[in-house]
Amino acid sequence: MKKEEVPQDKGNLSNKNMKELVYATDENGNYTTALSTGWEPKTIALSNSIEEIGERIAIAKAKVENNEVSPIFYYMEFCRMDLGVLSSYVGMWQWRVKRHFKPKVFAGLSDSILKKYADSFNITIDELKNFKTN
Amino acid sequence: METNFTHHQSAHCENGVASNLLKHNGLNISEPMIFGIGSGLFFVYLPFLKVNYAPAISYRPMPGQIFNKAAKRLGLKIKRQKFSSEANAIKALDENLKNNIPSGLQVGVYNLTYFPDEYRFHFNAHNLVVYGKTETDYLISDPVMENVTTLTHAELNKVRFAKGAFAPRGQIYYPIQVPANVDLKGAIIKGIKNTCRDMLAPMPIIGVRGMRLVAKLIKKWPVKEGTKKANHYLAQVVRMQEEIGTGGGGFRFIYAAFLQEAAVVLGNDELQTLSLEMTAIGDLWRDFAVEASRVYKNRSTKVDVYNMLSDNLLVIADREEAFFKKLKKAIS
Repeated sequence: MKKEEVPQDKGNLSNKNMKELVYATDENGNYTTALSTGWEPKTIALSNSIEEIGERIAIAKAKVENNEVSPIFYYMEFCRMDLGVLSSYVGMWQWRVKRHFKPKVFAGLSDSILKKYADSFNITIDELKNFKTN
Repeated sequence: METNFTHHQSAHCENGVASNLLKHNGLNISEPMIFGIGSGLFFVYLPFLKVNYAPAISYRPMPGQIFNKAAKRLGLKIKRQKFSSEANAIKALDENLKNNIPSGLQVGVYNLTYFPDEYRFHFNAHNLVVYGKTETDYLISDPVMENVTTLTHAELNKVRFAKGAFAPRGQIYYPIQVPANVDLKGAIIKGIKNTCRDMLAPMPIIGVRGMRLVAKLIKKWPVKEGTKKANHYLAQVVRMQEEIGTGGGGFRFIYAAFLQEAAVVLGNDELQTLSLEMTAIGDLWRDFAVEASRVYKNRSTKVDVYNMLSDNLLVIADREEAFFKKLKKAIS
């Protein structure tokens, strides 16, 4: 990539006034570094993933409202976690976390267990218990 | 407390931390040099591992390996520590800062507050340097950022003890012995040989063979998984390739920069020509990313788009195979 070809597209970085460093060649073909504000294909790929997560969160929300799953499931999606990540944050086996996805089991959880979840999601126990999504 | 550490921005976090820490310790070594000597160029497809609900492809070796390999080949000693208790981890870091030792840290990205929200995933192999501490904050030199930044004590603690795959467990590392004269030539040759061996490995999921396997799978995705999933997978490939610590084009350009430097050190003109070729391959990777992004942007449903992408990747694999064979010859 030549230095003048270094992409300067608007994207997630330029919104925050950040620039990334890339390696590119100068007029004589020697390598040097340049700053880039972003590159469209990357921005598209990232927003594709963000959209995908947004859809998953929406589905999770609907499921909690229909009482199909517990709020733990919703917050897991909201925090961009999956079962493996969540179970290692709370320090419980995956099957146990999965069991806590059931609204009935969730209703009977002790505060000390709920606290583990709340801490991993950066919320309070009350927020976890009284599920509101806004 | 503040150590007299100089921040340099870099393209990739691990090389950047390594290069910055060594520069601080009096060994002036560039980011591409670390990347080349530490054999940072890699490709592996991990079919049994899912990241963000899509198959995992890594364009880099395991976290920590680049610096470890580079250090071994340059004859440096690095100390690495992991902790099971958060209190001990904090103590060790503070102790280092008191002794004027800026320390490299492996951290999780999700709670890095200075990153844009879109970049915050549960990815645990990010690297940064802590070079000082105030009453409330730690002073942070994150090599992918233009300038230095800060994290509060609680925030740093959180990223040091992020959980999930590659959990950092508070890991800190710093060079403890840097010789005045290093054998740069020998280290470069070892690094290049290692990369050639990796990329030409006779294993179906590693190196150019791994690329061919992924190319074959891309063809199957729309038929087997449906267009929506196929698009998601493809977006993931591009994200892994260009975003998460760069990978495809970005890494090729760093490697080309390394070959250019190596050509001068070794007095080997052949490497200069090969550097140009690597640059051309890097441009091919970028073209691949552009084409792929068009597919999932337009939500194209045509199967032949996937076939075309697959063919593009096969061409890249062929070019790289030829390239690394030539590179192997050039230094032997």
